[in-house]
Amino acid sequence: MKTLTPDARAALERAGFLRRDFLKGAGALIVGFSTGAMRTAHAQFGGPSPGAPPINQLDSWIAIAADGRVTAYSGKEELGQGISTAQAQLVAEELSVPFNRVNLIYCDTALTPDQAYTAGSQSHPANFNRNNLAQAGATAREALFRLASERLGVPVDQLTASDGVIRLKSDPSKALGYGQLVAGRRFNLQVDPNAKRKPASEWTVLGKPVPRPDIPALVTGEFEFVHNVRVPGMLHGRVVRPPAVGATVMSVDEGSVKNLAGVVKVVVKKNFVGVVAEKPWQAIQAASQVKVTWSAGAGLPSHATFYAHMRTQPARDALAVDSKDVEESLAAAATVLKATYLHPYQMHGSMGSSCAVADVEGEKATVWSPTQGVWYQKSTVAMLLGLKPENVHVIFRRGSGCYGLNGADTVTYDAAILSQAVGKPVRVQLSRKDEMAWENYGNAYAIEERAGLDAQGNIIAWDHESWSPTRGNRPGPGTPGNVVTGFLAGFSPQPFTPRSPASSPTAYNNNANAVPSYVAGNVGGRDQGTGTVKSERVLTHTIESPFWTGPLRSPNRLQNTFAHECFLDELAAHSKADPVEYRLRHLRDPRLIAVVNEVAKAANWEVRPSPKPAARKTGVVTGRGMASVLYEGDNGYSALVAEVEVNQDTGSVVVKRFVVCNDVGPVSNPDGLRNQIEGGALQGLSRALMEEVTWDDQKVTSFDWRTYHTLPLGFDVPKVEAVLLNRPDQEATGAGETSITVVAAALGNAIFDATGARIRQIPFTPERVKAALAARG
Amino acid sequence: MSAITLKVNGQSHTLDLDPATPLLYALSDDLELRGPKFGCGLGQCGACTVIVKGQAIRSCITPVRAVAGSEITTLEGIGTADKPHPIQRAFIEEQAAQCGFCVSGVIMTAKAFLDKHPRATEEEIRQALAGVLCRCFTGVRMLRAIHRAGQEMAR
Repeated sequence: MKTLTPDARAALERAGFLRRDFLKGAGALIVGFSTGAMRTAHAQFGGPSPGAPPINQLDSWIAIAADGRVTAYSGKEELGQGISTAQAQLVAEELSVPFNRVNLIYCDTALTPDQAYTAGSQSHPANFNRNNLAQAGATAREALFRLASERLGVPVDQLTASDGVIRLKSDPSKALGYGQLVAGRRFNLQVDPNAKRKPASEWTVLGKPVPRPDIPALVTGEFEFVHNVRVPGMLHGRVVRPPAVGATVMSVDEGSVKNLAGVVKVVVKKNFVGVVAEKPWQAIQAASQVKVTWSAGAGLPSHATFYAHMRTQPARDALAVDSKDVEESLAAAATVLKATYLHPYQMHGSMGSSCAVADVEGEKATVWSPTQGVWYQKSTVAMLLGLKPENVHVIFRRGSGCYGLNGADTVTYDAAILSQAVGKPVRVQLSRKDEMAWENYGNAYAIEERAGLDAQGNIIAWDHESWSPTRGNRPGPGTPGNVVTGFLAGFSPQPFTPRSPASSPTAYNNNANAVPSYVAGNVGGRDQGTGTVKSERVLTHTIESPFWTGPLRSPNRLQNTFAHECFLDELAAHSKADPVEYRLRHLRDPRLIAVVNEVAKAANWEVRPSPKPAARKTGVVTGRGMASVLYEGDNGYSALVAEVEVNQDTGSVVVKRFVVCNDVGPVSNPDGLRNQIEGGALQGLSRALMEEVTWDDQKVTSFDWRTYHTLPLGFDVPKVEAVLLNRPDQEATGAGETSITVVAAALGNAIFDATGARIRQIPFTPERVKAALAARG
Repeated sequence: MSAITLKVNGQSHTLDLDPATPLLYALSDDLELRGPKFGCGLGQCGACTVIVKGQAIRSCITPVRAVAGSEITTLEGIGTADKPHPIQRAFIEEQAAQCGFCVSGVIMTAKAFLDKHPRATEEEIRQALAGVLCRCFTGVRMLRAIHRAGQEMAR
């Protein structure tokens, strides 16, 4: 068990297990279990990884120890979003045991099912509906009732369960604990798709604001982050990244650091360079002093003209909707409005630079990684090191909040390469600059919106066209070159193939929220969107990026929603309509309509067109703005009202109040949801006001907190009021990325309401605000 | 390398270190403390904050030779899960964390400030935390927790 850290071992021991015996060969996959309803990222990768505990087997999800403790296994991990608490609540609820009797183990390739990534606000829908962990819980409860029924010789309907004990309703002294019933054995059952989940009306644990069990450890310094993993004999590594984008290694003078204390080895693998030393400080010094000669960089397109540059590049075009009559409709419209919105590359900028520990010993590797996809780390680390995937064991350990594809995967590769080179365990934590200059940035976007209005101001046509760059992505099961370390070590990123013109859409998919909420979304003769506008076209152009890109909290959805929701506001203002009334006029989805109405009510929305009448042109003015979204087209509803103060002399924008209404289906933990809504709203504010990746002609120039700007903890924090629309009768949807998606648009609309100036480029820096104010005339 | 004596959370440790080593590495690697964190290594984010002689300092840019012999307090030194400091208790009660990586630095910065300004207003607390980052943006809850703890500490 050398692969377990003391904490992990203690967790397993507490749960009454040190090894799950069925993993040793039992549990052959039984074909025929329907996974058609499963919503996981597996769709694009062809199913769970070989060797993963089969998802159709109850024992893959739940084990009950002889003392009655419940261990649940999940492929959805805790990143700080509170999902581990909610998952333990779910299991406690379905099994009628107290919350603290459930031990949840997640994302360890030796123990847990493969549920692809923990990403995309997919954990709530994946595990809280009618499959996976939720359905395993229901199956286990029914199995326990059947066992008790046999033992007590009474029908199941005469039994009741509470506190981990099944009792005869008529004689509670006749009782059997779960530990007695299972007696340390496995269930040996398939997850039953027809097992009945407990109705929300009976919930006593799920749906309640159960406090997070990790917080006491976090606030007292007991919590083990991946940064705190220590294994015997562990050394410390540091990487040496190229000085310019596209630079390659010409030569490395390994002797240049041989006299430094503690240096163990200089490691070179194609264009990957790193050092290993006995202590972190020694590794840092060696990395800064090792002599590496690099080729010149490839050169970068100008930052100042990048949005225009994107339009000149070979593109991969796609149509999300196309009614094929947009140009005619626009030609026939009483008025046509057009606007261009610009969104920069932004970074995850995790608080702690990324860290991982790898122990590569001959043909076997164990890695402790903060990755969002342990099974894909397993296959790609194997590729990188030339090992068999079955010999790579990946154990998730929480890193600093990631918000998407930060340096977690790349640093795991760094540690793996260095450990293999020295044959000892190696811990790598990136420098701030190595994290920020080379991570997979959230996409830049240039978006053009055009709409036609009839004589009454109703929208009759909407045309959307966007340009955005891409390079690499999450590594998936077979593309280590999708992040910088894999690339430097000789692997290519996923290929980029231009393709133009786009073919007609064959299926409706609004995963990127490229389709505005106000159009019909007609594909294949059926309206599948949330709006009413029949004449519609959404055309996207993806170009090759000079920088690595990847998912950043609400990838593409935030950028598209910024454009759609600001443009809707522009159309409402042109039509002299109240922005809420104007939204509702063009929406038909009842749940989207409901969050818009609820947030307006909670914010005490003043019904009138924007901008605010008779606003002064100098000094401090106030305004309000709204935005809403059906996240990913089908995964959670959010509407937000921002109330702002704009100082027209300085250009500074201060938010005084956010009101957010969310509908995530059934609320699993209201306090956890509020925490996500609050964090999303404020993170969205920082990104809208301050954040932008910058570069010169060779390299990224925003690589620390002086050059990449963020709101600090102690800024003028607005009130954030969250309204939770609980829908226990609906499917669980995503929550973590919904509120952030609507912030920038609501803010832009509020600035317009306050000043009459429209600002269409993020971030809304004081200079840009002042320029917009000057342009209003 | 030389023998450096560090007094951390009431205990003395003599370590063989390059005197230029930043204190953070001695704490998190030699002493294996989990409180102080490496966030940026540049003194910009606050994740590594510890208290030395009543002052909140950034341990990632403070060489060990500068604090040898001084009493150093880390997050572990102010309370435990069973016996938390009022600020730690307030963070638990307010559920004031998301990923939790910044929490050590936030609490230590707040403690050094509240120890000196026990009756601080919300605005003063906000200003005291203006040099600390939380990239999950848990500010609403953290500032509320610190204010709540301050009121308790002032009693």
